[in-house]
Amino acid sequence: MSTVTYKEASCLALAEEMRRDPTVWTLGEDVGDGGVFGQYTGLRDEFGPDRVVSTPISEATIMGAAVGAAMVGTRPVVELRFADFALCAMDEMVNQAAKARYMFGGQTRVPVVIRQPIGMWRSSAAQHSQSLESWYVHTPGFVVLAPGTPADNHGLLKSAIRCDDPVIFMEHKDSWDVEGEIPDGGDKTVPIGKAKIIRPGEDLTIVTWSGAVQVALQAAEAAAGKGVSVEIVDLRSLWPWDKEAVFQSVEKTRRLVVLHEAVKVCGFGAEVAATVSETMGDRLATPVRRLGAPRIPIPYAPPLENLCRVRVADVMTTVEEMGV
Amino acid sequence: MSTSSPPETGGPTVSAQRVRALFATMCRIRAFEEAAERAAKEGLITGAAHLSIGQEATAAGVCGNLRTSDLITSTHRGHGHTIAKGASADAMMRELFGRAGGTSDGKGGSMHIADFSVGMLGANGIVAAGIPIAAGAAQAKRLLGEDAVVACFFGDGAVNRGPFLEGLNWARIYDLPVLFVCEDNRYAARTRTGAMTGGPGPAARAESLGVPAHPIDGNDVMAVDALAGQLVEEMRAGGGPQFIHAKTYRQKGHTVADPGTWRPAEEIAQFLEHDPMTIARQFLIDAGAGPADLDAIVADAQQEMADAYDSAAAAPWPDDGLAATDVQDIGGPA
Ligand SMILES: Cc1ncc(C[n+]2csc(CCOP(=O)(O)OP(=O)(O)O)c2C)c(N)n1
Ligand SMILES: [Mg+2]
Repeated sequence: MSTVTYKEASCLALAEEMRRDPTVWTLGEDVGDGGVFGQYTGLRDEFGPDRVVSTPISEATIMGAAVGAAMVGTRPVVELRFADFALCAMDEMVNQAAKARYMFGGQTRVPVVIRQPIGMWRSSAAQHSQSLESWYVHTPGFVVLAPGTPADNHGLLKSAIRCDDPVIFMEHKDSWDVEGEIPDGGDKTVPIGKAKIIRPGEDLTIVTWSGAVQVALQAAEAAAGKGVSVEIVDLRSLWPWDKEAVFQSVEKTRRLVVLHEAVKVCGFGAEVAATVSETMGDRLATPVRRLGAPRIPIPYAPPLENLCRVRVADVMTTVEEMGV
Repeated sequence: MSTSSPPETGGPTVSAQRVRALFATMCRIRAFEEAAERAAKEGLITGAAHLSIGQEATAAGVCGNLRTSDLITSTHRGHGHTIAKGASADAMMRELFGRAGGTSDGKGGSMHIADFSVGMLGANGIVAAGIPIAAGAAQAKRLLGEDAVVACFFGDGAVNRGPFLEGLNWARIYDLPVLFVCEDNRYAARTRTGAMTGGPGPAARAESLGVPAHPIDGNDVMAVDALAGQLVEEMRAGGGPQFIHAKTYRQKGHTVADPGTWRPAEEIAQFLEHDPMTIARQFLIDAGAGPADLDAIVADAQQEMADAYDSAAAAPWPDDGLAATDVQDIGGPA
């Protein structure tokens, strides 16, 4: 095991996959010079400008070109810089990448990884802070991944690159410097579709992912101080999502909170809550609760931005209301 | 470039033979489209079908210069390109009918006609979407060490969408062998494209991005063939992107449901005179072909497409089970 940051983990994963498979390449603005957050540092030196391709500010064509390139036998890793800018490539993602295999009757595959960093970070305001994962889960054709730890960023990016489906890969900008251990050797992947119990507990389950994992961990610690044992399920993979892991945990705790940074209304938490209610509602001690952002654009001023965040205190209030 | 002079390569006999093959392709496209039009009127094609009647010369002239290993991208009006690239008309007709044995198992229909086995990377229901796809396919082929050329067809309406600017610029900066083919049939759906296009138009836009542009009579298959042949050769030798502005005319309405009679009658008449089939036929007659020989080519094409029609009409619907296949490998339908 070595200790690396979330950002370094992704860079290592991409380099390992590029060494392993010569058809893997990456494209996006500034990637030849390390990428906007430094997630591509050193890659052009090792792999050259034809495989680490800096592009114009042309999101639609970054994505569209990747679709064409994926359909003819390569594995592009697309960098869209911010999830907010990915919206300039919506047609190429949703109408092309996600549908080409189906509408062409299985004649082709689109093995592309679409990296789009998400989340609130340093007063980035309304156009640089969004978490839009539920949009992509809603679209047939996509795999949607949202790693919350360095190990998952490493292992899931590798799995994403090896996957034949188009993968939306959402890294949280606030997690770039989070440190953690990753396995040595570079061969270990994290399976798509498997959740991870990152803290075992007995009284209540929190299902979460991405940046909100850190909030859940702090809340669980605070709850422990009050004698409440919280189990945290980090979904990591939003489509497919690990229903079995969630059901098993809730079977034990009989209480579920779904916690995410995205807007609560129609967030992916709604799908988790509805599925648990439909499947095992009769075994719940109390109705499922959801925690997410209010349905407002993300404001700039730090105190206002904070109002969009689910805070530890919000989680604690909810836990209390659930009668644990 | 707009006169019907024979291609520069080869002697007159060779070029007449070449044009004869291009004429045969055009006849197959025309006959396919006419069969599709009949089928739509019979209610056998349930979705939208955009016919390329009047635009056959561009499809045949460009694709006639491509190898099977070369690639094309196409538009909603893609039947002609697909036939010219070598797809089976029988499988295509089944696809339009939504039947088993269609190119995409009846899951795509006319607007998503595709045959990857002959390098046809798909028609597209989104105007201009094929442009970035073509650029990326060319980039990938180069990365793989293959020398494929990519022809990218789009309409005059596409030049007003963002991917046109992005995609041409992309092909230029990475020096990709993409032959952009703007089929300017004067209309984008119900709208005269000229009224919606600022400045001097498609060719000037391409030139402004550093992509050499070549305006041409897109109804003259001899001219299209000669130009495309020269440009493809240059690209195969390592040259970058090229742009053909092919001036043509949509003889029918936007879709089969549109009679297209809202256009000026004189304009329609003028272009029915300037029909690509007539131009090619006249060239062949002048080069010594017998009318009976040419009539036989037409009749063969009509027979092939009548057979395709019957075969499609008799084909079963796709299995219901296919509705949920080929969505994705991991995390399939729910
Ligand atoms: C992005 C997008 N906008 C609108 C449409 C609807 N539409 C389909 S074809 C068409 C006209 C396209 O004109 P042109 O590019 O000139 O091609 P043509 O139909 O003349 O072959 C329009 C507006 C569409 N399919 N995609
Ligand atoms: Mg047009």
